[in-house]
Amino acid sequence: MIEIENVRKSFGSLEVLKGIDLTVNKGEVLTIIGGSGSGKSTLLTCINGLEPINSGRIVVDGTEVHAKSTDLNKLRRKLGIVFQQWNAFPHLTVLENVMLAPRKVLGLSKAEAEAIAVKQLTHVGLADKLGVYPSRLSGGQQQRMAIARALAMSPDYMLFDEVTSALDPQLVGEVLDTLRMLASEGMTMICVTHEMKFAREVSDRVAFFSKGVMAEIGVPQQIFEAPRNPETAAFVKLTQA
Amino acid sequence: MFETALTSSDLLFLAQGAGMTLIVTAIAVILGTILGVVFGIFRFQVGPWWAAPVTFVLDIFRSIPLLIQLVLVNAFLGMVLRISLSGFTVACMVLTLYTSAYCAEIVRGAVEAVPNTTRRAARSLGLTWRQDMSYIVLPLATRVALPSWIGLALGVMKDSALVYIVQVTELLKSTQILITRLQEPLFLLLICGAFYFIISFPIARFGGYLEKRWSND
Ligand SMILES: Nc1ncnc2c1ncn2[C@@H]1O[C@H](COP(=O)(O)OP(=O)(O)OP(=O)(O)O)[C@@H](O)[C@H]1O
Ligand SMILES: [Mg+2]
Repeated sequence: MIEIENVRKSFGSLEVLKGIDLTVNKGEVLTIIGGSGSGKSTLLTCINGLEPINSGRIVVDGTEVHAKSTDLNKLRRKLGIVFQQWNAFPHLTVLENVMLAPRKVLGLSKAEAEAIAVKQLTHVGLADKLGVYPSRLSGGQQQRMAIARALAMSPDYMLFDEVTSALDPQLVGEVLDTLRMLASEGMTMICVTHEMKFAREVSDRVAFFSKGVMAEIGVPQQIFEAPRNPETAAFVKLTQA
Repeated sequence: MFETALTSSDLLFLAQGAGMTLIVTAIAVILGTILGVVFGIFRFQVGPWWAAPVTFVLDIFRSIPLLIQLVLVNAFLGMVLRISLSGFTVACMVLTLYTSAYCAEIVRGAVEAVPNTTRRAARSLGLTWRQDMSYIVLPLATRVALPSWIGLALGVMKDSALVYIVQVTELLKSTQILITRLQEPLFLLLICGAFYFIISFPIARFGGYLEKRWSND
């Protein structure tokens, strides 16, 4: 379970998260939608401790992320994250990209790490690209590789930050299909996305962020068809036009 | 045919000079690179403000002509600190610091060129700062830095000619000694140039080879 309690976060004098309260349960798929600069990416990077917070707390399975005593490197094994772009390690092959963390972080042997990497790459449909360098992959394949790389750590949670928004339209589908597959397998996921159709289909709940505040949260049908917050209504209307 | 008074023992003398050039250069480049990597990462890591003292010292080594550095350091060690070091040691020390000053700049630029997002991806997989540095940042930065680093290594080799000022007889000095004796400047300089070429060519080719290999990534 991820518990976010009254989290505030500023960059300099700019307050980007203005008191976020949110709980994500095991097995749940939560999508976050909202305008540019509303703090969606920042929230994800706070959850895995890449960014410090100013106040409030984030607790992952009972571990407070920003407590001084927390071993962040250990915590991050639980939390897979895939960013919008530049996820690949360009000097390593696809297989090496996925094997690196299991070997160095989990301390697995080469054979064990390779078995896991091959399994995850097969899972995302990249079994035929093992020895290829990322620069030879399409954007969609690179994102699927990044997903396999995160899954290779057997995370309990997966965080996705607009993983399709840097892709050509014809490549979006294959990546979303991979996310759908994970959702159907019961993975706990937080997806920041601009793909409204996808959000509607896979989410258990949808959260709408606006200017650092979670303006509304609810089941997809309610958010998309009967938004209570006027800003949500305007945003939904705009993106569906 | 060409007449020359150059004997085989003269040639050996030149080869010894070339050997000295090679040794001084190798020591300066190897130690200077290690120091340069440390200074470069330090400067990147702590930011311009905290790195200012280090940056300042390195800037001194980059901006004062090498010849002057050699003379001043030699004089400082000998006359002020009263430590008697061989010219060779002084030459290696100064050339190492000189190399490290340039190398630090190259390393800092190359580390900065590694996208922050790539590093975030590494850290979010649970890699520690050290692991991120060793498996992601340095390999990537090496690819960026290589052409400038090869240029630096070749430059240091040529600049090492200046260590004659602290009584180290390297290649150019040996050549000058022979020129004074044999009075065949053009021929001797040609041979000297050939020695320099023989030393640098493999370095340049090796760099070219690595660059080509890495461009496949
Ligand atoms: N490292 C940073 N330093 C300073 N300001 C930042 C930093 N990261 C984000 N910001 C600012 O914080 C605000 C929120 O950014 P964030 O990336 O979280 O928005 P977002 O909701 O993900 O937007 P988008 O949909 O465009 O990705 C923006 O105004 C942004 O400029
Ligand atoms: Mg964002």
